[in-house]
Order: sequence, then structure tokens, then C-alpha cells
Amino acid sequence: MEIPFTIAPRTDTGLFNAKLGIWLFLASEVMLFGALFSSYVLLRVGAEHWPHGWEELNIPLATLNTVVLISSSVTMVMSWAALKMNDFKKYRMYMGLTILCAFIFLIVKAFEYGHKFEIGHLPSFSTFFAIYFTLTGLHGLHVIGGIVVNSYLWGPGSKMWTSQPERFTNRVEIAGLYWHFVDLVWIFLFPVLYLL
Amino acid sequence: MAEHAEDIKKHVRTYIMVFVALLALTIITVAVSTLHLSTPAAVTVALIIAVIKGSLVASYFMHLISEKKLIFAVLLLTIVFFIGLMFLPISSFSDKIVIQ
Repeated sequence: MEIPFTIAPRTDTGLFNAKLGIWLFLASEVMLFGALFSSYVLLRVGAEHWPHGWEELNIPLATLNTVVLISSSVTMVMSWAALKMNDFKKYRMYMGLTILCAFIFLIVKAFEYGHKFEIGHLPSFSTFFAIYFTLTGLHGLHVIGGIVVNSYLWGPGSKMWTSQPERFTNRVEIAGLYWHFVDLVWIFLFPVLYLL
Repeated sequence: MAEHAEDIKKHVRTYIMVFVALLALTIITVAVSTLHLSTPAAVTVALIIAVIKGSLVASYFMHLISEKKLIFAVLLLTIVFFIGLMFLPISSFSDKIVIQ
């Protein structure tokens, strides 16, 4: 049986189903990260001493990662635009760049974590590091999730372009919405953890 | 697929402009942090910049500026609950545990 409304919008919602689906999922993600941000505020306000991010963390590396993630968001939207312009080769290139940026982000993050572990700054070291590792760890898991989905759409999943190009373009758009959200979370994590 | 190739080309130019704006705002927020302002001032500036950056990503990369009403309804509800979450810590002030 064919899945309905993968391309055509439903008359009642005005959207193809996956579009509404991903936004509902992202709404739940906002609450997940929101709860942790709220916990961060509670912990910080209640603490007798709270270190400044710049005393404990590596700002140049985090700035680099911010640029990397913003760039990956641009390449992601460009990959979708390439499909809209019927240019599959360009799509492949931009999607490849997006995945590459995601890996660079994780590698830089691994260096940061590694250094913190070396000097004994484990989550158990202080409340600051506990919430730092919780927030960045959860965000990192989201990056890994994005890599899995985007790699599928770059590789085996891209076969759909020849059979159902519009449906495939919509899939890329949906994956993009998730990926931009991951970027958006980092846009808030970066100043909150590193700069304040 | 309502959009034509010409429209998409226009979109692409917008994406590049948004990218440049995001990079500039990243530099500004890092630069401001080196001034080591007082905590309330630093929090205000950092959050304002983050909200601008976030809005740019949501509006243009996530196409919210041209999205359907239902999505806005979902997001409005999310924002209400999100604000509720952010104000939860405040309730802790009225319920302080005092160790004697």
C-alpha cells in the first residue's frame, strides 16, 4: 500500500505529513533541551560559586565548532535547493559537505572532552561540569543522529531520486529541519556554557 | 513543488547573506565576552545575540517565514510551555530550604 501525503499536502493541514511530523518532534525536542536549560538556571542560581565558562572551557575550539555547525546548516539547505533545481550532483556534494562538517564538529568536541578528562574534569568534578557534559553530550548524540540520517540520504537512500524525486526532495527537507534544529541548540549552548 | 528554479536561486542568495550574518554575530558575541561585563549585562547581550541568530536560522533555513498556519500554532504552544519551563527555577525562591 502506498503511504499517503508524502508529496501532496493534506487539505486539512495544508502540509505533507512528514512536515507536520518533524515539527511536532522538534516541539518535543524543545521541551527536552528546555528542561535541561531550566535545570542549568536552577543549578547556577542556587550555587555558591559558579565558574565563568572562559575559565574552564576552550573558547577558540568552541568558536571553531560554532562556525563549523553554522556552515553545515548552510550546506544542508543548499543540498535541498540543489534538488529543487534538479541538480543531483550538487546535492551529493553539499550533503557530503554537511556530513563532513558534522564529523569535524565531533572530532573537535572529542579533543575538548579528552583534555577535560586528562585534567580530571569529569562530570563528577563539579556541578558546572555535570551540566556541561549533560548538555553537550545530549547535543553530541543529536549530531550523531543527524550523521546517520544524512549519510543514508547521501548514500543508499538517494536511489529514491530516480524513482520519486519529489518525495526524496521532501525527505531531504525534513532531515534539514532536524539538522537546523541541532544547529539552533548549539547557538544557545555556546554562549550559555562558554561565554557566561 | 510550487517554487521555480528562479525563486530557488533567490533563496540561495538569501542563505548566503544569512550565513554571513551568523558568522558576524558569532564574532560579536565572542568579542563581547572578552570584555568580561557584569553577569546581568553579559547574560542580556549574549541571549539577545543568540535569539537573533536562532531566529535567522529558524526563519530562513527552516523556512518559517513562509510556513503554514498549523506549524505556527504548534510552535506557539511550544513557546508557551518553554517559557513556563524557564520560569520554573523562579519558584525555587519562594521555597528555599534553610539549613539551620
